[in-house]
Amino acid sequence: MTMPGTDTAGEALRPHAEDAFAHELKALEAADDRPRPARWKLSPWAVATYLLGGTLADGTVVTPKYVGPRRIVEVAVTTLATDRALLLLGVPGTAKTWVSEHLAAAVSGDSTLLVQGTAGTPEEAVRYGWNYARLLAHGPGREALVPSPVMRAMAEGSTARVEELTRIPADVQDSLITILSEKTLPIPELGQEVQAVRGFNLIATANDRDRGVNELSSALRRRFNTVVLPLPATADAEVDIVARRVDQLGRSLDLPPAPEGLEEIRRVVTVFRELREGVTGDGRTKVKSPSGTLSTAEAISVVTGGLALAAHFGDGVLRPCDVAAGILGAVVRDPAADRLVWQEYLEAVVRERDGWKDFYRACREVSA
Amino acid sequence: MSPGAAQPLLLGVRHHGPGSARSVRAALDAAQPRAVLIEGPPEGDALLALAAEPDMRPPVALLAHAADDPGRAAFWPLASFSPEWVALRWAQARDVPVRFIDLPAAHTLAEGPGADEDDGGAGSVPVDPLTALAGAAGYDDPERWWEDVVEHRDADSAPDPLAPFAALAEAMGALRETHGDGGRPGDLVREAHMRQRMRAARREFGADYAVVCGAWHVPALRARTTAAADRALLTGLPRTKVETTWVPWTHRRLARAGGYGAGITSPGWYAHLFAAPDRPVERWLTKVAGLLREEDRQVSPAHVIETVRLARTLAALRGRPLPGLTETLEAVRAVMCDGSDVPLALIEDRLVVGDVLGEVPGTAPAVPLQRDLTRRMRTLRLKAEAQSRDLELDLRKDTDAAKSLLLHRLRLLGVDWGVPTASRTGTGTFRETWRLCWEPELSVRVAEAGIWGTTVPGAATARAEAEARGAGELGEITALAERCLLAGLSEALPAVLRALADRAALDTDVARLAGALPALARSLRYGDVRGTDASALGTVAAGLAERICVALPAACAAGLDADGAAALRGHVDGVHGAVALLADTDPGLRERWSGVLRTLAGRDAVPGVIRGRAARLLLDGGRLPAEETARLMGLALSPAAAPADAAGWIEGFAGGNAGGGTLLVHDERLLGLIDTWLVSVPPDAFVDVLPLLRRTFGAYEPGVKRSLGELVRRGPGAGRARSASRAAPEGFAPDLDPARADAAEALARLLLAAAG
Repeated sequence: MTMPGTDTAGEALRPHAEDAFAHELKALEAADDRPRPARWKLSPWAVATYLLGGTLADGTVVTPKYVGPRRIVEVAVTTLATDRALLLLGVPGTAKTWVSEHLAAAVSGDSTLLVQGTAGTPEEAVRYGWNYARLLAHGPGREALVPSPVMRAMAEGSTARVEELTRIPADVQDSLITILSEKTLPIPELGQEVQAVRGFNLIATANDRDRGVNELSSALRRRFNTVVLPLPATADAEVDIVARRVDQLGRSLDLPPAPEGLEEIRRVVTVFRELREGVTGDGRTKVKSPSGTLSTAEAISVVTGGLALAAHFGDGVLRPCDVAAGILGAVVRDPAADRLVWQEYLEAVVRERDGWKDFYRACREVSA
Repeated sequence: MSPGAAQPLLLGVRHHGPGSARSVRAALDAAQPRAVLIEGPPEGDALLALAAEPDMRPPVALLAHAADDPGRAAFWPLASFSPEWVALRWAQARDVPVRFIDLPAAHTLAEGPGADEDDGGAGSVPVDPLTALAGAAGYDDPERWWEDVVEHRDADSAPDPLAPFAALAEAMGALRETHGDGGRPGDLVREAHMRQRMRAARREFGADYAVVCGAWHVPALRARTTAAADRALLTGLPRTKVETTWVPWTHRRLARAGGYGAGITSPGWYAHLFAAPDRPVERWLTKVAGLLREEDRQVSPAHVIETVRLARTLAALRGRPLPGLTETLEAVRAVMCDGSDVPLALIEDRLVVGDVLGEVPGTAPAVPLQRDLTRRMRTLRLKAEAQSRDLELDLRKDTDAAKSLLLHRLRLLGVDWGVPTASRTGTGTFRETWRLCWEPELSVRVAEAGIWGTTVPGAATARAEAEARGAGELGEITALAERCLLAGLSEALPAVLRALADRAALDTDVARLAGALPALARSLRYGDVRGTDASALGTVAAGLAERICVALPAACAAGLDADGAAALRGHVDGVHGAVALLADTDPGLRERWSGVLRTLAGRDAVPGVIRGRAARLLLDGGRLPAEETARLMGLALSPAAAPADAAGWIEGFAGGNAGGGTLLVHDERLLGLIDTWLVSVPPDAFVDVLPLLRRTFGAYEPGVKRSLGELVRRGPGAGRARSASRAAPEGFAPDLDPARADAAEALARLLLAAAG
């Protein structure tokens, strides 16, 4: 679940995955002697290695793109190889988009066939549109057609990506059904169709906390294999991710680095994990979970906010009082129920914990 | 190794491996030995005939226990897919003699409680042969390695049914060379005994016999040792008298370590692999789809097809010959369950582990629990009589306390031999009255309870722990905790308390929490009377009180109706009493509870009856000065307050339990406030509040009522004027009345002397 910095940054502010890790992909392609599905740049094994990292026979070190359970990546890659579409689900901040981009880059060498899902995504973005100037000048024909990324992927036999699938209006979502089940896209205006060639597949991402935005129809759902990306498995992994991202963000905001803050980061992560999982870190006491997500991404913003507070209004050292207000804001989303959850957690867990006196007091102060 | 040579057929297996079981059957069919020797306690030989009976249905377990102490017992579970069971039935179907050749349980059980695990207990597993071999083959998961190399081989079509055994024996031989006894010195003695029995078999059948044992033992059984050396290892072992029987077993218990040591995590999957004639993955996924459909999930045949494809491709990606359990489950999760773990947990529970329950014939010897019960009844001089009779117990006496424990434990096991009845002689906590009546079906109940353990306390503990895990309501668990304390099951208490703490943490209904707390506090008192260690209970109860402290103010302010307010007021009283009992465990608790009461008393949104009650409890506890009390009452009874709410406040403050009236008699200022308010209530509202007031004041004792009436008739103004003129404590007359004080003095002396 890490997002290592892209060290081969060219002119682009953020290069595509296939450009940023071109040397790794090349080395993998050279070392890969396993069978590849039609039009795949790499074998499924090499795609999994690209995502999970490893050292190749020629000594090339492949950096891990995704730090998390191996089986998740294996199931995802296998799904693409069985020509079923892949749906990546997860709460915000679980690297869904990141994984989808790298999968597309490794499988097809092209991660740019992307449809960004929003409430205003039109059907043209999934199927095709028209170049009206050409349409008027030359009449209907393939030249006047503006293919969508999905249509291009079908024609080329590569991987298309749909981001935030559940934000797309339901009727537009359903235009994917024919594409995924019949593997064809009819163009009734021309009496033609575009048939997907082998190698075509589709990766969609969706946020599973956004229930009820535009729930997938069961017909569409059946066309997908679903993989849920989990939150970091251990506290250490999460502290690591938060610390690294906070460091990166802090540098771009010109905040002072805070090595002493690691204790505070660990505390924020501990609080988030315990409330999220509904049980204390030692597994002995259960606690209620609030309504918010409490994702890693939120922990990062709490710590960044705390750092800014410490830098501009404090002595530059991250202290309990700097993060307390941020935590309260992240935890208490529903003023009545969540406040109760938070107070109970404070009294039952935080108060008794060794070395957490200052934190308890700071939280009491902002909660009162 | 070939069966033709002058060597017995050594079939090294993994206990409970369907692939091993198939291979064993194929090997026996090919070799047709004249006798079969099986790793297992020789005491079980006498019971082998029972295994052939039609009523015997695996999973079952061979149980051996020390005759004088059923608590010392060992189980050898056998499932339909166990190689040992297959070999047993193979031999019985062909009238080939079968023998158990392991070290007799008489020796292993004599070594004391540490020896009740057969294949090296869970505490010490120095070398796991499978892990070592799998590691050598480059697998990180031994279970998976075993599946790939042994279980997934199609034994029926293999060219040489003995080849896998030879290969495995060779691998184990290499392991034994490096690891010796693998850190289990007991194995050497067991193997010496097995060799001795093999020598006996050789005298009888020549080399034409087969041995089915754990693969780990094969190299040792083939080793050339002298009979004298083996005999030397076996002399001087401790002995005890052992009894054996068959007991029904379950798949769920197979999934735990014990008996044959190798606890398997997926008995349901193994049973499926063993029973499926062909296409195991397709059949398995069809079963999964069937289960999900029963649970109202839409799973179409198309889903099954996609799942099979995904599982196969996944296995290919991982370089495995066939999809194993992990691949199929991951495919099920992605295709059938929308990536969710919830339905997957159901599949794990119902199919991967499974609910299969074995059966044993009625002619099997009695379960040890029955013997243990008989023994305890004899020691306590309790007779099982059909005719009902009452039994009075004084828990301060040791025998009576032991009888009470036994009866309580039996009740936990569902054996209602004794039922507690109301005591005829007082209600002290050290007295109990039981009605005893032994119905014939209770014997059946005892046999059924045998699955929980071999002794009454052990079985009751196991049962209580299982109930705590399954309990749904907070109330059920508090009741269970109480029963555990009554039954003296301190070993079950941690599991019960754990469940209690978990349930309490997740319960959002403060009324339920508050309802549970007094019962817990009461349990603490039982614990004291019976000398049970209940400090853990105190901690849990304090935690519960803590949660109530946090949640109560919000719950009281949340727009309660009259009934809800009355119920919560009762809870406030209950918690107050419990907090007083718990204050020893957590000294800060009393302080925090006072804080909560103060919040309740001062918050306008809280119904009057609860505000009044909180003020009263604070006043009684000496935590609310008289002026403050008067101020609160003044606020509650001011003209701006709704008359009904004000009347509620009075009820909460002065009503309910005893003492309210006396308080008003002695504190005329409070009485004056009430009086003034009452006069100012408008006529319409007066009719509404009258029932409330009547309920409050009507419950007073006649004497108190009369005094109040006199005070009110005299007019409250007089009393207040007096107390204002002199500096006397609130509620007391300014001067001592010597005549009345003298009259009381004698009685006070008497009381003090009696107390001293």
